[in-house]
Amino acid sequence: MSELTLVAGQLFNGISVASILLLVAIGLALSFGLMRVINMAHGEMLMMGGYLTYVSVSIFGKGAGFAIGLVVAFVGTALFGALLEVTLIRRLYGRPLDTLLATWGVSLILQQAARSIFGPVGVEVTAPAWLAGTLSLGGSALTGLSFPAVRLFIIVLAAAVLGGVGFTIARTRLGLLVRAVHENRPIAEALGTNTRLVDLAVFSLGTGIAGVAGSALALIAPVTPTVGQSYIVYAFLVVIVGGLGSLTGTLAAAVAIGVFSAAAQVFTSTSFADVLLLLCVIAFMQFRPRGIIAQRSRALDEG
Amino acid sequence: MLQMSKRDAASDAKGALCASRWEGILGVDRRIHRAMLSIAVVACSLSSLGAPTVAAPETVEVGVLQSLTGTMAISEVTVKNATLLAIDQINASGGVLGKQIVPVVEDGASDPSMFAQKAQKLIQQDKVVTVFGGWTSASRKAMLPVFERFKGLLWYPVQFEGNECSPDIMYSGAQPNQQILPALEWAEQKGYKSIFLLGSDYVFPRTANLILKKHITHDGGTVAGEEYVPLGGSDFSAVINKIKLAKPEIIFNTLNGDSNVSFFKQMAAAGLPSAKLPVMSFSIAEQEAKAIGPSLLEGSYAAWNYFQSLPDPANKKFVAAYQAKYPGSPVDDPMAHGYLDVYAWAAAVKKAGSFDADKVRKAAVALKFADVGLGSTAFAANQSLVQTAYVAQLLPSGQFKVLWQSKAPIDPVPYDPLSFPGKTCVL
Repeated sequence: MSELTLVAGQLFNGISVASILLLVAIGLALSFGLMRVINMAHGEMLMMGGYLTYVSVSIFGKGAGFAIGLVVAFVGTALFGALLEVTLIRRLYGRPLDTLLATWGVSLILQQAARSIFGPVGVEVTAPAWLAGTLSLGGSALTGLSFPAVRLFIIVLAAAVLGGVGFTIARTRLGLLVRAVHENRPIAEALGTNTRLVDLAVFSLGTGIAGVAGSALALIAPVTPTVGQSYIVYAFLVVIVGGLGSLTGTLAAAVAIGVFSAAAQVFTSTSFADVLLLLCVIAFMQFRPRGIIAQRSRALDEG
Repeated sequence: MLQMSKRDAASDAKGALCASRWEGILGVDRRIHRAMLSIAVVACSLSSLGAPTVAAPETVEVGVLQSLTGTMAISEVTVKNATLLAIDQINASGGVLGKQIVPVVEDGASDPSMFAQKAQKLIQQDKVVTVFGGWTSASRKAMLPVFERFKGLLWYPVQFEGNECSPDIMYSGAQPNQQILPALEWAEQKGYKSIFLLGSDYVFPRTANLILKKHITHDGGTVAGEEYVPLGGSDFSAVINKIKLAKPEIIFNTLNGDSNVSFFKQMAAAGLPSAKLPVMSFSIAEQEAKAIGPSLLEGSYAAWNYFQSLPDPANKKFVAAYQAKYPGSPVDDPMAHGYLDVYAWAAAVKKAGSFDADKVRKAAVALKFADVGLGSTAFAANQSLVQTAYVAQLLPSGQFKVLWQSKAPIDPVPYDPLSFPGKTCVL
C-alpha cells in the first residue's frame, strides 16, 4: 500500500463518514432547519432505530432480518416521532429553547429505557452475508485499496434517502405544503393548509430517517443506550454549517466535514482531527454565520 | 467512632419520624405543638431504648463503585457482580470480625469525575470502611485525590500502566511488567518484530505504549505506528488505512470498552481479520470476547493474569459459584481480581483486628490469604499483587487457550526502570 492509496482510501473514508453524518443530519435538517425545533432526542431516535434493527435481526435471522429491520426502524421511529410531536413538541412551537429542554428530558428517559430493556452493554447487529464482503481494486496504482461493502451500502443508502427526501420536498404535494409552511406559515394557514398536519408529517419523517441512520450505523458499531450522544453534536454541526432549511447545504456540509476530518486524520491523530474540525467550523461561522447556503425566508427572519 | 455517630444520627432521624407520626395522630394545635413534640420525642426515645435488645446482626458497610452505565458498563458490571459474590460468600461464612458486610453499590457512569464524586459520597456520607472499584486509569486517577484526602482505602481490580504508587490504593491488577512486558517477551520469542500500537486516547494506553516503545526499540524491534482514538470512538476507517500502509506483523491493542467491537468489525470488513493480522489485546477478556462475538476475534491473542480456563481447583470453585448465580456468564481477569480483593481485604481486617484503613493496608502486605483462583498470591510491599502472566489465544467457544506463562509469579514494578529511570515506589 502506497501513500497514494492512503490518500485515496482516506477520501473514500471521508465520503463514508459524510454519508453517515448526512443520514443522521437529514432528520435534524427537517425538524431543526424547517421547524425550528431543537430536538435533543434526535440521537435517541438513532438509538431506537439501532435497537429495532437488532430486534428484527434476532427474530428474522441475519439475511432477511436486516432488510426488515431497516423498514421496521423507519416505521417504528417515525411513529414514535409522531407520538412525540402530538404529545410534546406541538405544545412548544415558537419556543426553541423550551423544545431543547423538553426533548433533552425525553432523550434521558429513552436512554434509561434502553438500559432497562436491553441492558447497559451494547448489542451487536451482524451484517448479512451480502454486506460482509470487501471490494478490492487490484492491478492498478491503487492496489491494496479496498472498500468494505458495508460502507458502500451506507453511502448508497444515504444517497437514496437524500434523493427521496429531496424529491418529496421538491415534487410532491406534501413537499409543496412543507415549502409553503416554511416560507410563510400565516399565509399558508390562511389559504387553508392544515399546518399542524404538515408539522406532524415533517417531524415524523425526520425521526424515521434517524431510525434508518441508526439501522445503518448498527452495521459498523455496536448499539448502546448512549450511541445517539456521539452523533448528535456532529448532526447539529452539519445542519448549522450547511445553513438552516437547506438540504443542499446539509449535503455540502456533511461532505465537507466528513472529508475534512478524514483528511486531517492522515496527518494527525483522531482526537486532534476533531479539534481542528471544530476550530475550522468556528472560523467558518465567523464569515458565513448563516451557513454554506443561506436561506432567505420569513420563518427564519423571525428568529 | 464512625459507628457511634452513625447510630446517633439514625436514632435522631427515628425520633423525628416518630414525632411527626404522633403529631398526625393527635391533630396538633399550634400552641401545644412544641410540648407535644417533646413528649413524642421522649416517648419514642424510650420505646427505641427498649428495642435494640432484639439482636440485629452487626454490619459494616463497604463501597462498590463501578460503571453500571455508559461505554465501560460492558466490562465493569461483571466486576461488580464478582465483588458482590465474594461479599455474599464471606457473609454466609460469618462475615468479618463478626460483622455482616453490607455493600453500597454506586454507578461511576463511565465518567471519571462521577467516580470522584461517588467515591467522596461513599466515604463521607455512607461512611464505608473501604471501597472496591474503578476500571479505567482515568477513573482511578480521578478517585486518587479523594482517597488521599479522606484517608480511605481503594481496592483497584484492573491491570494498569503503573507509574503510580499511593498508600491509599491496593493495586491488585497487573503492573506493566506483569502483563504488557510479558506479552512483548512472548511476541519477540515468536519472532514478531514490527509492532503497531493502537489504543483509546487516555492515560493507560498512552503510558503503556510509552513503556512498550522503549522496550521494543531496546530489544531491536520496530514500532510500525502508534494511533489513538477517543474513548468510546467508533470510527476506525482512518486507523485501518494507516495500519494497511504500515504493514505491521502484529497489533498491540489497548482499546477499551465498546470501541473494540467497532475496531474488530471494521478490520474484518476491510479484509483484515485477526487470523490474517494478529492482534494482541490488553483489555479483551472472556467478557468482552462474548460481547464482541468470538467469530470476529477468533485467533486473536490476549495477555492477562487470569483466564477462566485455568485448571486451578480454587478457580473451578469460583467459576462454578459465579455461574450458579449468573448462568452462562463468562468469568474474566478483572472479575477474578475484584473477587480476590474482597477476600484479601477480609483477611487483612482479620489480621489487623480492625476496619481502620491504615491498619488494614499495613496488614495486607505480604499476607498469605486463601487461593481464590489466581493461585497462591500476596501483596508486595508496594501494595501491588505478585502474580503470574499468561498469553492465550481465543477459541471459537469464546474461551481462551493458554499458550504461554511466565516462569514464576512476577513481582510488581510500578515504575518501569527503562521508561522512568530513578523513580521508585516508597510508601
